[in-house]
Amino acid sequence: MKVAVCVKQVPDTWAEKRLRAEDSLLDRESADGVMNELDEYAVEQALQIVEAAGGEVVVVSMGPERAAETVRKALSMGADSGIHVVDDALRGSDAIATATALAAALKGRDFDLIVFGSESTDARMSVVPAMVAEILGIAQLTFAQKVLVDGSAVTIERVTDYGFDTVTASTPAVISVVEKINEPRYPSFKGIMAAKKKPVETIGLAELSLDPGVVGSRASWSVVADFSARPAKAAGVVVSDAGDGGVKIADFLAEQKFI
Amino acid sequence: MSKSPQHPFALYNIDSLLSEEEKAIRDVVRTFVDSTIRPNVAEWFEKGHLPARDLAKECGALGLMGMHLEGYGCAGMSAVPYGLADLELEAGDSGIRSMVSVQGSLAMYAIHAFGSEEQKNAWLPGMAAGDLIGCFGLTEADYGSNPSGMRSSAKRDGDDWLLNGSKMWITNGTIADLAIVWAQTDDGIRGFIVPTDLPGFTANDVKHKMSLRASVTAELVFDNVRLPADAVLPGVVGLRGPLSCLNEARFGIIFGTVGAGRDCLETAIDYAIDREQFGKPIAAYQLTQRKLADMSVDLGNAMLLAIHLGRLKEAGTLRPEQVSVGKMNNARIALEIARETRGILGGNGITLEYPIIRHMNNLESVYTYEGTNEMHTLVIGEALTGIAAFR
Ligand SMILES: Cc1cc2nc3c(=O)[nH]c(=O)nc-3n(C[C@H](O)[C@H](O)[C@H](O)COP(=O)(O)OP(=O)(O)OC[C@H]3O[C@@H](n4cnc5c(N)ncnc54)[C@H](O)[C@@H]3O)c2cc1C
Repeated sequence: MKVAVCVKQVPDTWAEKRLRAEDSLLDRESADGVMNELDEYAVEQALQIVEAAGGEVVVVSMGPERAAETVRKALSMGADSGIHVVDDALRGSDAIATATALAAALKGRDFDLIVFGSESTDARMSVVPAMVAEILGIAQLTFAQKVLVDGSAVTIERVTDYGFDTVTASTPAVISVVEKINEPRYPSFKGIMAAKKKPVETIGLAELSLDPGVVGSRASWSVVADFSARPAKAAGVVVSDAGDGGVKIADFLAEQKFI
Repeated sequence: MSKSPQHPFALYNIDSLLSEEEKAIRDVVRTFVDSTIRPNVAEWFEKGHLPARDLAKECGALGLMGMHLEGYGCAGMSAVPYGLADLELEAGDSGIRSMVSVQGSLAMYAIHAFGSEEQKNAWLPGMAAGDLIGCFGLTEADYGSNPSGMRSSAKRDGDDWLLNGSKMWITNGTIADLAIVWAQTDDGIRGFIVPTDLPGFTANDVKHKMSLRASVTAELVFDNVRLPADAVLPGVVGLRGPLSCLNEARFGIIFGTVGAGRDCLETAIDYAIDREQFGKPIAAYQLTQRKLADMSVDLGNAMLLAIHLGRLKEAGTLRPEQVSVGKMNNARIALEIARETRGILGGNGITLEYPIIRHMNNLESVYTYEGTNEMHTLVIGEALTGIAAFR
């Protein structure tokens, strides 16, 4: 089984994130880059699938030069090889442009499964896996809390508001996994040493035969038009209970659109 | 506040001294400590209990056990990454670092350096995996700084050996599967691999400790323990054996103590920025800033020293008196930082809600074990004058 796992480098989850004044893009230089947390679950899932069924795991990442660190991290967890898609023209890509580039990188490589985390902590759109599946014309099994692979049949438990649906597809397919699907392993010291020697293919738009016009900020369907700082924290509201405390709290939550 | 605060190590740009791979190793151990040790260690410390078996396996899976040794399932890392791993472990707790140091740098190192091929194959892979736990028995109740006077003895009985005596303050003692025991023989001091389930072997917990409570400390008693001929480590006779093991572990402590100090200082800086008295953060008072500046410089210098000694070790030129410089200085600096930061936290500084008093109490042991501060001072004194003052 040949499994791809797509990972994204994001600013450290705990760092304060800033948008750049000049182009409203996320300032990726101001914080340390880390592997998107949910992608660690995706890597773990891909490794577990291959450990059970045999085969290889290829880590795929689109991102600037330093996203190579994130590819390396997945390799040190145990992935076999890497593909790093890096090109200045990709800067500012929205979800559709990202999916276009990733699909181009994944196409024609005979992957049986393509595993994603279900969202990134910086953009939080949760749509790229579905878009990639759509572009490649293969099945999508998203928001998986459990994955079972049996030959060419892949079954997942898809998380829903009311519990889960059981969904089956045949390979090739795209899977996105939710948090807590597994316990991502730490890279071991041996893994870190071995990762240095694993092959990573670094490719740009030319190698993907992609027209720079279909990716990057200019090709993006969505752009950040404007942004403003989060308003300062207002003083809290004290609800005094005169027998109607519960109702008042419910009203407050409804007003804030929490319920 | 006008500027965002800098980490003390950023003052020194410590990261610029480390390779990508060294940083990757550091980060993995830090993540492990953050998720596995930090959330639990205050409770382990309070209860005086360590889930050592599970932890040993997790450390083994990571590659921490005997990580600087080559072959036999060990990770084969060089000196600086080994030090950085100890630093991160000890930023969690000196007790956890002690467990790993004793396993890798004392017990495994002894077998790796002085054992036969059969002994290495029999013990090292299981120890590297964390499935087998080792301890190292050198100190006796009456012979601490002066181990050459030890009373434990091994006498030939046919081909076998009969081991008698006792050891004191032995880390991992009651949980160990094997003990490396140093004992007097007719030829001089020799090391033995002693499986702890042999008849005549007992280990008793040292109770009522106020330091290294998240670590097992034990007395070992040998009452006519019969050992086969091949239990002896063939590669060394004399005190040089245990002392070279100690040199390995002491090297780890040079980094480890920086970790404990760093954790105290980070805690105190955060606390001082948050905590307001007389209408402003206590970090805004010059007295506090003086303390933070002094400690950051001490800690940064300790880290530079550690990395420098690490590079010497990697080059194969590190001498024992240089290890003494590092152990003496860094254990002292870390203990001073723990005490000073304890004060910065005021009343909160005395509870296990914050790591400081735990580090402070732990560092009292670290100050004493692996050669007391005084002994290292005298080693340096001897190097400087040619005169040994400790005899
Ligand atoms: C928590 C803990 C874990 C330990 N784990 C291990 C272990 O796993 N294996 C092991 O073998 N040992 C272990 N030890 C023992 C440790 O190495 C000894 O405690 C240490 O060597 C000091 O010996 P001592 O306690 O007998 O003190 P002593 O040697 O009696 O020293 C008491 C004081 O006298 C000073 N002193 C002694 N001689 C001189 C001198 N010539 N000149 C000036 N001052 C001197 C010392 O510096 C010290 O301040 C551990 C100890 C502790 C506390």
